[in-house]
Amino acid sequence: MPRYFTDEHEWVDVEGSTATVGITDYAQGQLGDIVFVELPSVGKQLEKGDDAAVVESVKAASDVYAPISGKVLESNEDLEEDPALVNTDPEDGGWFFRMTVSDESELEGLMDEAAYKAFADSL
Amino acid sequence: MNAPNKSGWKPEMNASEDGMHQGPATVTGNRALMLEEPLLFEIGHANETGVDLPEPQFGANRFGGFERNAAIGLPGLSEPETMRHYTRLSRQNYAIDLGLFPLGSCTMKHNPRLNEKVARMPGFADVHPLAPISTVQGALQVIHELGEWLKALTGMPAVAMSPKAGAHGELCGILAIRAALEARGDAREVVLCPESAHGTNPATAAFAGYRVEDIPATAEGRVDVAALKARLGPDVAAVMITNPNTCGLFERDFKVIADAVHAAGGFVYCDGANFNAIVGKVRPGDLGVDAMHINLHKTFSTPHGGGGPGSGPVVFSEALAPFAPLPVVVEDRGQYRMIEEEDAGENHSSTFGRMTAFHGQMGMFTRALTYILSHGADGLKQVAEDAVLNANYILRSLDDLLDAPFGASGPCMHEALFGDRGFAEGLSTLDLAKAMIDEGYHPMTMYFPLVVHGAMLIEPTETESKAGLDQFIAALRGLAERAKAGDESMKQAPFYAPRRRLDETLAARKPVLAWAEDEE
Amino acid sequence: MRYLPLTQNDRSEMLAKVGAATIDDLFVDVPAEARLDGPIHSLPMHMSEMAVEAHMRARSKKNLAAADAPFFLGAGAYRHHIPASVDHIIQRGEFLTAYTPYQPEIAQGTLQMLFEFQSQVARLYGCAVANASMYDGSTACWEAVAMATRVTRRNRAVLSGALHPHYTEVVKTMAKFTGDTIADSLPSIQPAPDNAGLIARIDDETACVVVQYPDILGRIADLAEIAEAAHAKGALLIAVNTEPVALGAIKSPGELGADIVVGEGQSIGVGLQFGGPYLGLFAVRDPKHVRQMPGRLCGETQDAEGKRGFVLTLSTREQHIRREKATSNICTNSGLCALAFSVHMTLLGEKGLRALAAENHRLACLAADRLAKVPGVSVLNQSFFNEFTIRLGRDARQLVRNLAEQGVLAGVSLGRLYPDHPELGDALLVAVTETCDEEDIEALAAALEGELA
Repeated sequence: MPRYFTDEHEWVDVEGSTATVGITDYAQGQLGDIVFVELPSVGKQLEKGDDAAVVESVKAASDVYAPISGKVLESNEDLEEDPALVNTDPEDGGWFFRMTVSDESELEGLMDEAAYKAFADSL
Repeated sequence: MNAPNKSGWKPEMNASEDGMHQGPATVTGNRALMLEEPLLFEIGHANETGVDLPEPQFGANRFGGFERNAAIGLPGLSEPETMRHYTRLSRQNYAIDLGLFPLGSCTMKHNPRLNEKVARMPGFADVHPLAPISTVQGALQVIHELGEWLKALTGMPAVAMSPKAGAHGELCGILAIRAALEARGDAREVVLCPESAHGTNPATAAFAGYRVEDIPATAEGRVDVAALKARLGPDVAAVMITNPNTCGLFERDFKVIADAVHAAGGFVYCDGANFNAIVGKVRPGDLGVDAMHINLHKTFSTPHGGGGPGSGPVVFSEALAPFAPLPVVVEDRGQYRMIEEEDAGENHSSTFGRMTAFHGQMGMFTRALTYILSHGADGLKQVAEDAVLNANYILRSLDDLLDAPFGASGPCMHEALFGDRGFAEGLSTLDLAKAMIDEGYHPMTMYFPLVVHGAMLIEPTETESKAGLDQFIAALRGLAERAKAGDESMKQAPFYAPRRRLDETLAARKPVLAWAEDEE
Repeated sequence: MRYLPLTQNDRSEMLAKVGAATIDDLFVDVPAEARLDGPIHSLPMHMSEMAVEAHMRARSKKNLAAADAPFFLGAGAYRHHIPASVDHIIQRGEFLTAYTPYQPEIAQGTLQMLFEFQSQVARLYGCAVANASMYDGSTACWEAVAMATRVTRRNRAVLSGALHPHYTEVVKTMAKFTGDTIADSLPSIQPAPDNAGLIARIDDETACVVVQYPDILGRIADLAEIAEAAHAKGALLIAVNTEPVALGAIKSPGELGADIVVGEGQSIGVGLQFGGPYLGLFAVRDPKHVRQMPGRLCGETQDAEGKRGFVLTLSTREQHIRREKATSNICTNSGLCALAFSVHMTLLGEKGLRALAAENHRLACLAADRLAKVPGVSVLNQSFFNEFTIRLGRDARQLVRNLAEQGVLAGVSLGRLYPDHPELGDALLVAVTETCDEEDIEALAAALEGELA
């Protein structure tokens, strides 16, 4: 299962025609303690780059953008109860939402793990 | 004169090491004059009251079947218990009455008590907003007189008195601009705000339906005039500029900017939050402003009251005056009347509408007018001069030790801006601010404006004496040295406040926003 | 100048320290042509405390204070007795001269008070959560409409015709700029509110229905019926209350199914003050709507030693963080008025509030019955709390002016509130609180008899 990364510090797991989206460990470290995550409603049609979710720490709110275009299939209800999952398990249990992959070619512009690591290290 | 204090003791002398130790725990949790106070809901009872009213006579009522039978859950206290509850709570607050309150851009100046006395005169405090006009001539006169002062001090021809606060005033100004543009069939989409702007500016513009774009700043902390001019065009409705700006500097090219905006068909909104720096020295009307709100609770010293109420009258240029909101007070041969929706007439037919019920913050008008009359034209000028002098004195007494990013940009106005460059790794502006609390000061504005890393914005106002400033400077120098030396204890500060640092993450993750019995 | 501590000597020393020869050297960035060369002429110079007080007293004396006349005005602002201790507490410098509690370690007084205030308002309104206050009832009403559009993602609001016309005007003014559609109407001058007509205006595009309770004519609507109809269409019910004392006697809007309850809190602890500052109250019944609320919220937490404390929280909704994406541009609130409300409510307690409400209703019933006996007067309301509508068969606005000349402040005419609608012009709103006595009621009745004879 390939994992892609964006320069907005999101990760995207693609399995068949479904993508799971979250924010990276680097991102959660920058944001600090996460207190709330606003997730997209199921069925919402997203274009690549649209505001998809909002992640909030005490003093900041950051938008999470749709890394690719597609329709929202599911959002992670565990985050409503326990937003700290984004801090403790950002790249697995702290996933944000799943969406369809409507245009596979959009994945080509994303980074792989090594490229993202180099990108994050350069910041 | 002989010193009455023969021991030579002064407050700043540290207590002996012996005196510093914690002492035993107390049964009550109190520490002498530092008194803990439970919540009202823990000490009050539904059947306790601090008023004497007749026992209700139960019988027929005319509530249409909607009488409230279930318990409401409102605890009461007797009068002496009430006095103690709130007096004890009050002592956990810092206040201007206790000391220097250097919040940049918030303008925490002395609140004269004459203002309070006047606001409580029965002809102001005990009149109804819809009382017949013939019975409120003095109240209307006060609104009119204050409006005339605001127009004269700003050099602007019109004023709307009803906005309830600064942000409400901003909204008033931007709505008038949009109404004026729509009246000429000119649909513009963009409002330009500097990155250093107060958050209400972009929030207001977005509310009014505009897309907000940033105006770049120069390295010296002012608007980049060339970049701004390049961005102007037929899609720009307005620029919103704070002057003096949030870096504490006067925008010396303001008139040039205003002329360029006007030439491009847009309007100039000036955020008047910092008008206190220039009142009586410069009239914004002479700089090409079309609309500007005036925070009466800043420049004209109506009390901040722990977060409000404020008052935000807006002055307008000729171009925007017809679009101002209702109601308007007018004088006609010594008689005052209120123009409301009914008699908008030809002079006010273009009004964009109404911003609030009734006519604005009368209780703030009486206080502000009292403050203005006390100072007069000469005193207000002196207010601006002393506020600016005090801020420059702080800037030049600290800029050898703290990084002053715009220290070379000329004199500051009413506030001095510093950054956290040079602090030891791991120590932040927040730590220095919390350590200020232990020194007996309210922290300065932090992390604003956003254009300076670890910003510390210090506004002393004209209220401070030189001796008071010298002590404040000495305290800050001590703290700055500790921050640069890496004194880790600052991360635990404050030590001596009623509470240590509070867990804001816990508060936001599991919000508890009202008392619930099952907490017991 | 008595408020300025710097001496000329201080100023000279400080100028030397900052390297300026004169004060004007600090204003060099002001373009020369915009600099004023001295105090603005045409404006007076400073005045002594005594002289200012005399100047202002002369203006105060030109007004007829409510205490000096039989007084029956309401329509969104009510005269109640305020215990002396309320005014004393709000003048304590630690409350009066504090700022917004951004530094919680040294603002627990204000914060705990706000937490208690939020809890009191939530209970009064029958809601889960109330915020730390808004500017006033009318702006809170608009904020509620704006919130409903965010929650429902619809943009049509249906306003009851019996909503305070100033509130309606504020909502319509704001909606002009946000593009929301506002369906308003005039009040129907009937003994009971027109629920059926209101419900018929709710459609599938409706974000919210806004109903005043008791309404502008003093009538008490069946909110439960409207809530049910609104919810069936996926809309929210916003209840607006302008007389909080009423909620010591009648069911809370939250109990009846309102989703957002807003109102004017002035009646409890805040004087009439010719219209402001007042106190906007804002609460939601369902805690899941909290993140869509405007304004400040105070929440409980603990400090580094585990002691209970309070902080402003969920502030990512607000303008200083969200900037152009904030839920509202509101910045200040009405903190000191919230304190006055909270102190007065604490003095009352449930027992006192219920007794106060009962006393208001008793006197209002007395007044309604007495005025009904005045030839030419008919009482409209089937239901009311402390304010009702009478019809006079002639222009009430002029009659109010005439009675004012006789020293009787009779009420608020609908002509004052709806000047463009002469068909409403014979109606007069009469509010009766505990500050009226039977002598006042008799004085009003006698004056009306005189005028209508």
